[in-house]
Amino acid sequence: MACSGCGCKERVNLLEVYPEKRRALDEYIDQLPLCEDMERQKGFLIGCLHKAQEIFGYLPLEVQECVGKRLRLQQSDIYGVISFYSFFTDQPVGKYKINVCTGTACFVRGADKILDGFKSALGLEDGQSSADLKFTLSTIRCVGACSLAPVVMVNDRVYGNVTPKMVSAIIKDCE
Amino acid sequence: MLITTPKQLSTLTRELQKQARKAAKTQVLVSMGTCGIAAGATPVFEALKRAVTARGLTDIDVLSVGCVGLCHSEPTVEIVDVATGSSTIYGAVTPEQAAALLDGQGREVKKSWYFPEDEANTENRMQARIVLRNSGRINPERMDDYIARDGYQALATALTGMKPEEVVDLITASGLRGRGGGGFPTGTKWRIAAAQPSKEKYLICNADEGDPGAFMDRAVLEGDPHAVLEAMVIAGYAIGASHGIIYVRAEYPLAIKRLQLAIGQARERGLIGENILGSGFAFDLSIKYGAGAFVCGEETALIRSIAGMRGMPTFKPPFPAVSGLWGKPTIVNNVETFANIPAILRKGAAWFKRIGTPGSPGTKVFCITGKIKKVGLIEVPMGITLRDIIFGLGEGIRNDRKFKAVQTGGPSGGCITEKHLETPIDYDTLKTLGSMMGSGGMIVMDEDDCMVDVAKFFVQFTMDESCGKCTPCRVGGRQMYRLLEKITEGNASLADLDTIRDLAQTIKTASLCGLGMTAPNPVLATLACFEDEYRAHVVDRKCPAGRCAKLITYTIDPELCTGCTLCARKCPTGCISGKVKDAHVIDQTTCIHCGACFDACRFSAVCKK
Repeated sequence: MACSGCGCKERVNLLEVYPEKRRALDEYIDQLPLCEDMERQKGFLIGCLHKAQEIFGYLPLEVQECVGKRLRLQQSDIYGVISFYSFFTDQPVGKYKINVCTGTACFVRGADKILDGFKSALGLEDGQSSADLKFTLSTIRCVGACSLAPVVMVNDRVYGNVTPKMVSAIIKDCE
Repeated sequence: MLITTPKQLSTLTRELQKQARKAAKTQVLVSMGTCGIAAGATPVFEALKRAVTARGLTDIDVLSVGCVGLCHSEPTVEIVDVATGSSTIYGAVTPEQAAALLDGQGREVKKSWYFPEDEANTENRMQARIVLRNSGRINPERMDDYIARDGYQALATALTGMKPEEVVDLITASGLRGRGGGGFPTGTKWRIAAAQPSKEKYLICNADEGDPGAFMDRAVLEGDPHAVLEAMVIAGYAIGASHGIIYVRAEYPLAIKRLQLAIGQARERGLIGENILGSGFAFDLSIKYGAGAFVCGEETALIRSIAGMRGMPTFKPPFPAVSGLWGKPTIVNNVETFANIPAILRKGAAWFKRIGTPGSPGTKVFCITGKIKKVGLIEVPMGITLRDIIFGLGEGIRNDRKFKAVQTGGPSGGCITEKHLETPIDYDTLKTLGSMMGSGGMIVMDEDDCMVDVAKFFVQFTMDESCGKCTPCRVGGRQMYRLLEKITEGNASLADLDTIRDLAQTIKTASLCGLGMTAPNPVLATLACFEDEYRAHVVDRKCPAGRCAKLITYTIDPELCTGCTLCARKCPTGCISGKVKDAHVIDQTTCIHCGACFDACRFSAVCKK
C-alpha cells in the first residue's frame, strides 16, 4: 500500500509501521466470542472491518489479511464484503472528507451545482483524493438534515443551506 | 437498581412522577437531534444553562431532548410549565437570544400536534403523536425519564398478565401494518414466527433507513430509544425469541450512541436479560452496523448482511418468519412499527383502531422536504389528505411558486399531482395512485423541477444501489438510466418512450426483490402524469422547467448587456466574445450550457430558454 503519512509513493505495511494500531485491532478481536461454527463466525466480519477502518482509516490488503487470519476466513470473502458496502474502502482517504449530500431534498435544491463547485475548486472527481491526501471528495446519500438542504459534511461538521459561492469558504475552513 | 417485579416498576414510576413534579417548576427543553445540533442547538443549550445558573434559578431544569420535528425552525426550545403541562415553543433561537426566552421573549412557533394517548382535545391540530410521543419531551439518555412516562408498563402487562399468543392476538386485532414501506400486517408476521416449533428464533429491528429524504427512524432512535427496546422485548416474548438484533446504519452515530446507552441501562435494571420482571422470560439485545448498502433494507438482504455476507436478497419463500437468520425463524420489523407497540399494549387494540382508516389504522410519520415552506417531521393519522399536509402543515410552496407534484415512497414510489391532493392517504390509496407509502419521505416539487430529471435521479440511485444479483435489475436499471440520459440530452426519439415502458414492465416482473420490482416506479409514475414533459424533451428538444442543461440555450440580450466582460471572463470555454462596453455574443457551437454566464451577469442580460 502507498504511504499514507508523508505522501511519498513507497509501499508500506501499515501493520508494521503502526504496531500500536495492530494491537488495538487484535485486542478488539480477542474479546469477540469466536466459535467453531464457521457460519456464525462470519457474522463478526462486518463488525471487525468497521473497527479496523476506524483504527487504520482504510482497509489495505495487509489489514484485510490480518482480519482474515484471525476469523479464519478466505481473502475472497473479505474482499467481497469490502467491495460490496460503500462504507468500506481499500484506498487511503484524505484528512478532510468533503461529503456532498445528494439525497432527494438536496437534489431538488441544487446539490449538483455544489458538487460541481467542489470538483472544479479541488480538481477532483467524485470519490477521488488529492495527491497530498488532504482532501477526499465524495457524495453521500442523505444525512437527514433535509431542512438545511443542500448540505455538505466535512468530517463531522455539517454545513447547511450551501450555495456555490460558499464552496471556497468551506475549503478555506479546513486549512 | 434492579427492577424484578411489576410492582417495583409501578412504585418507581409513581415515585419518579412525584419527584418530577417537585423538582422543577419549569422545564426548558432544547431539541438536540442530529439536525438540531447541525443548526446550532449546542451553543443555545449551553447559553441557557449559563443563564439559569447566573440568575440563580433553582426551579428551572434545562434538558437536552430529541427531535420535535420542527426542522424549519431549528434550533427550537420548548418551555414547559410542569404543574399545568402547558408549553410554548420558540424557534430559530440563537445563543445571544437564549436568555431572553426565560422572560418569555422569542419567536413563537405554533404547535400542531396532540397526543391521542393522553389528550382528547385536538383543537383542530392535524398531527397525532403515538410514535413520537416522547421525542422532544424526555431526555433520551435518561431511562428514568422514560419510566416516568409509563415506560416499560406495557412490557410488565405483557409478561405478567398475558400469554404470548394473547400478545400476538392483540397486535393482529389492532390492524398495525409494517411501517417500513410494504405495509404487511405485523400480527400476521408474528403469528407465523410464533407457530414455528424451533427453539431458537431471532427478532431483528430494521434501522437501516436508506431512503434519501427520510429520517423518521433516526428521530425515534435519537429521541426515544427505550420505546424500541421495550417493544422488542415484548415482540420477543410474543414469538418466543430470546435474542434481538438492531441493524442500524453506520451513518447514524448519535442514534447508535443513544441505543448503546439505552441497552446498557435496561440491562442494569434487569429489563433485558434473564428472568425479566420475575416472569422467567429471558431476552438479550445486540447492535449490528450496516455499511452503506440501500438493498440491506430488504429483509433477506439484511439477514445476509448480519451473517457477514454481501447483502444480496434471497428468494422468498421460505419467508424469514419460517427460515431466516442462521436458518432459524426470524422476524424483521421496522423502528417505527416497534415504536407503536407499547402504546397499543397500554391502550388496547380498539383505541388504536379508532385512529386512522379501517384498512390502515394508526398514524404515519412523514418527512416533508423539498420546495415547501415548513420542512419537518410530522406524525399524522392515516387518512389525512395530501392537501392538509402540504398546504396545511407545510404552509404551501416556497417563494410562492406553483405546486407541481409530491414524491412519496422514495426510489420505490411515484409522484402525486394536484388532482389527487384530496385523496385520503393510506397504504392502499397510495398504491392505487401508482405510488406507495414507502418509509415516509415526502418531497414536494414546484414548477422549476423537471420530472424527467427527477425520474433520472431515482433511477440512478437504484442503479447504483442494485446488488447485481439478478439481471433485470442490474442490467435493466442501467439501460433505463441510459434512455433517460438520452432524453435529458435531447437525443431521444418517441420510440424510446415505448422502450422505457417495455423495459419498466420487464424489470418489475422479473426482478428478484423489492428493490428491482419497484425501481421503475418513479419513471412509470412521471411518464403517466407528465407525458407532455417527456414529449417536450423528445420532440421539441426543450426542458420546460429549465433544468436539463443540454437543452437550455443561453443568449445575451444586446439591449441589456452593458459590455462589462464579466461573463466572458467566467466562461470556461471562451465562447463569449465582445468588446468592452459593447454587447457580447455567445457562440452556440462551442457553448457547453454550463450557466456560468447566467449566474455571473449582474444586469440580467443573459437569457435562459
